[in-house]
Parts: sequence; C-alpha cells; structure tokens
Amino acid sequence: MNLDDKKIKELTKKAKDIRISIIESLVEAGSGHTAGPLGMADIFTALYFHNLVHDPKNPDWKDRDRLILSNGHICPVLYATMAHAGYFPKSDLKKLRKFGSPLQGHPHREWLKGLETSSGPLGSGLSQAVGMAIAERMNNKNSDKFFYCLMSDGELQEGQTWEAVMLAGKEKLTNLTAIIDRNNIQIEGTTEDIMPLEPLDEKFQSFNWHVIEIDGHNFESINNAIEEAKAITEKPVVIIAYTIPGKGVKEFEGKYEWHGKPPTKEEGEKAIKELRKNFQN
Amino acid sequence: MSDSKKVKMDLNKNLYNKNIEQKSTRQGYGEGLLEVGGKNKNVVALCADLTHSTYTHLFADAFPERFVQVGVAEQNMASVASGMSAMGKIPFISSYAMFSPGRNWEQIRTTICYNNSNVKIIGAHAGVSVGPDGGTHQAIEDIAITRVIPRMTVLSPCDFFEAKKAVLEATKIKGPVYIRLARNNTPVITTEETPFKVGKAQIFYEPKNHAEIGIIATGSVLYNALMVVKELDKEGIGVKVLNLATIKPLDEKSIVQLAKEVKCIVTVEEHQIAGGMGSAVAELLAQKHPIKIEFLGIKDEFGQSGKPEELIKYYGLDQGSIKKVIKNLLK
Repeated sequence: MNLDDKKIKELTKKAKDIRISIIESLVEAGSGHTAGPLGMADIFTALYFHNLVHDPKNPDWKDRDRLILSNGHICPVLYATMAHAGYFPKSDLKKLRKFGSPLQGHPHREWLKGLETSSGPLGSGLSQAVGMAIAERMNNKNSDKFFYCLMSDGELQEGQTWEAVMLAGKEKLTNLTAIIDRNNIQIEGTTEDIMPLEPLDEKFQSFNWHVIEIDGHNFESINNAIEEAKAITEKPVVIIAYTIPGKGVKEFEGKYEWHGKPPTKEEGEKAIKELRKNFQN
Repeated sequence: MSDSKKVKMDLNKNLYNKNIEQKSTRQGYGEGLLEVGGKNKNVVALCADLTHSTYTHLFADAFPERFVQVGVAEQNMASVASGMSAMGKIPFISSYAMFSPGRNWEQIRTTICYNNSNVKIIGAHAGVSVGPDGGTHQAIEDIAITRVIPRMTVLSPCDFFEAKKAVLEATKIKGPVYIRLARNNTPVITTEETPFKVGKAQIFYEPKNHAEIGIIATGSVLYNALMVVKELDKEGIGVKVLNLATIKPLDEKSIVQLAKEVKCIVTVEEHQIAGGMGSAVAELLAQKHPIKIEFLGIKDEFGQSGKPEELIKYYGLDQGSIKKVIKNLLK
C-alpha cells in the first residue's frame, strides 16, 4: 500500500500517542516491560493503521490477516495499539495486569477479543503462526490472507524457534512474515554478550527464508518491507527490524535495565512530557 | 439387569481363551484416525518422524494433503497444531509418549490447553512394556503430567477397540485430549460393540459372590487383573474389576459406588504410582469415601531394558503379583 507524506505524519502522531498510552498503563500497573513496547511502537502503528487487513469492530472476521505476538511480554504496545485502533476503550488500558482484567500480564486470547494467541513463554509464537499459515493453505490455496509473527531477538535463543523456521522453509510458506525486533537487548544484557545471534541474516537465508533488514522506526521502510514480503513467492519472509529499545524517551533508550521494569509515576510524567515536546519540534 | 451385566456380555467371547486375539492400541488409534479422517475433513495429522510406529501412516497415505511431517521436533509439532486449531482444524499429533507429552509439556500446557485449542495428543509407546528400548523410551509419567493440566481430557484405552473408539470420541470433544497408547500387541478384551463413553468407567468383571475387593485398572494390564479375578472367583474370593479408560474427568459415581461395596481398592496401572491413575482415584476417595487403597504401579524408579513380560513381572504388574497382593490383603 502506498504511503504518502500525509499518512507518514499521521502515523508518527499515532505512534507518539501509543507511546504515551504505553507509559501511562505501565505506571498504573506498577510492573511490566518498558523497553520492548516503546521500541516496537512504530511497527505496531504501521501494521494496525496501515498494513493489516482487519476490522476492530469485528475482531472475529474470518478474512482478517493474523498478527501473532510471540514475545508476549511486550503486550503493552499491542494493547495500546489495539485500543487506539478501536478494539476496546482506551480507558481499559488502566487495567493492565490488574485482577480480572482483559489485559492480562501476558496476553490470553480468551480474555480479550482480537488476540490471536496466548503468549509469554518465549519461542512458541512462530510455530503457531506456521500452523495457521499451513492450515490456511489447506483451507484455500488462493487465499490472500497474511500471517505476521512478531518476535523478539532474545527468543531466537529458544530451540523451538528454529524448529519452526525449518518447517516454514520446508513448506515454502509465502503467506508468512516474521518480524523480529532486533533491539539487541534481553533481560540480563545484550544478546551478543549473552548468546550471540549474528550473523542473523545468514541463519535465516540458510533455512530458505527471504531476509529483509530495515530501520524499525522508519515508516517508509516498514511499509516497503511488508510490500516486498507480500511480493515474495516460494519463501517465507523475515523482516529483521533494527529498533532502539525504549525509543522516544532518552532515559530509557538502549538500556537493557529497562527491559522488565515500569517507569515510576515521576519517570512516567517526565517521559510523556519529552514525547510531547519532541513531537511538536 | 444392571448396566454392568450388559457390559460384561459385550466383552470378547475369547477373553478367557489362551489363544485370545492380540492387537496393539496404537493400531487401534491408526484405524480410528483413518475413520474420522474420512468423516471429517477438518481432521489433520502431524507426526514427528514416527509415522509408521504410531500408525499415523494409515491417515497420511489416505489423506496426504492433510498430513504434516514436522521432523524430529515435538515442541514445534504441539504449537503448530495449536495454530492449525485456531484456523478450524482438528489436529492429531502423534509421537512416543516420552517425547509428546514428555519433551513438549510446556508447549502443550500453554499453546494447547491455556489457549483452549482443539488438539488431540497421541502418546504411543507408553509404559515399561515398550521393552528392550529401555528406560529412556518408557513413559511412566505421562498420566501425571497430562491430568494436572486444566481442560485436558486423559484417555487410557485397554485394547485395540477401545483405542479406536477413544479416537472417535476424542474428535467429538472440543478441546485438548490426551490418548495413551502402548507399543505391543495385547489381548483384545472388548469388541467393536462394547460401549465406550468418555468419562464412564465400566465393570468388566463381577464375581459370583459378594466382592470383597475392587480392582480399578487402566490400559492393557487390565487383562492381567481380569485373568486373576477369574481364578480367584473359582477359589471363592470375590473381586470386582472396574476398567478406568478415562482418567480425567473421573467417573466419580462408579468409583465411589465400587468403594462402598468393597473393603479395599487395588489400582493397577503401567505408570508411576505418584500422580498416576491410582493417585487420581485416591484424591477422589479420600474426600468422598475414605477406604484402604493398594497401589500397583511403578514405585518411584525408572524403567529398563528387557522383554515386556519380564518387565511387567519385575514391576509387579503380572498375574502372579496381582494375585499375591490380593491374597495378602485378605489375610
């Protein structure tokens, strides 16, 4: 889909609003993950407000594209984006991680309409996306539905991920696109210190995937990558999206310490001020 | 005539004949899957490089377009099946029980049960009767690790026909089901006509005189119990035998009723005593009708190589051992 300057401006504003919602919900929850959700806000914005075929008012619509979130811990960005897209009232974002809330600490598909899977334990999302893509091909050979699996780089250390990568390559799943949040951090440090993943592009290529590498904060690049992914035949596609964890708030950016903690009330207020100020400039 | 009397008449007429027909539960699964595959086009099968050992090849050969070979990757198999279920399929995943639900337990818990996916998990080669392959391949923990997961139905058929019917019934359940199968050919205790209902235990032996002991057995070792009680009946010792093919949900009514009739319950299973079928029975009876229970099963140890009959004897599940336990109880 074409992306003009006006649309880019619109998406930029939306991503800013989503980042603010992420911070507000984390402050209210008092626990949760900050770096990943902020880093992936641009990609989620692009998907939900430009690329995905979906209907927030009809989440069970059978002809929708599927977005499968594998690294469930970044759900604050999924929830915030879904709320802004109209799946549920934005006021519900205050219920993140609370007792009885549809916004479970890690997503549960039975608690919130519009979630395709329940996730949290790393490494199983791609397998589920592969299963959906295979089943869809069995159901309809000419289907134009797309299956997007959003993954972290840290979860590539799970063996199951590579079992799924192998199967997708074998099955030539052209309807499957994995988007990896290549932010280089995980709970205890950088990926390359804890368990090096590079050369990541070659790993996927050797399993017969088509690899695209992009700046995960550039809407034009995100859109072009998704368009390219749709055009590729005979292979599944992985978009390795380089992102800055904590993107948008200087205090959080690039620091693995922000992987698994929420901002305090004060840190949150400061962060929101910064996001608003930078957007105006 | 009571229900149980009707059931007994439906058992294999050759049950007490030494030349009783022998067939495996895994073959029953394979034939059952082929049958449901023909009836329901949403049924799909996945296998992790054990298509022939699990008899999934019968389905794969008939419906190649609905079969997915995932390679030696049981964790992926479980989650891929979950994804297929999300698109309306009814996936059957098969492997050896040690690997599925053994190796891939968390994937089954989260991506299948927590997700409430309509996936059927087939664990073949359960129990020590796997034989010479040894302890690595003898799943004797699978009942425990499956029945502990919310939403899971756990079936443990006693023979070829029950296994076949378990597949047909599992297909009708919307949700996760585990079916426990064995490697070897074992006596065909039931017939095509014997009733089978998930959640319904059945009396397979009623003594001439009053029953002093009630045996609750699951899987092919049920046959050993049936042979023993027949002999004991001749000696004037009354033992009733309940076939517990559904371990979850438990048929509370039938178990409590049996416990009320007898002095003592003996559970017989080719599985660890801890967490197994006997434990499930004990959890129920401790609350509803406390009574002495003798547990026959594997006593907190691993399996090992040997002939199936050697191992069944070593672990105290052969006819001689069962008989001895019952006689001791009556002393």
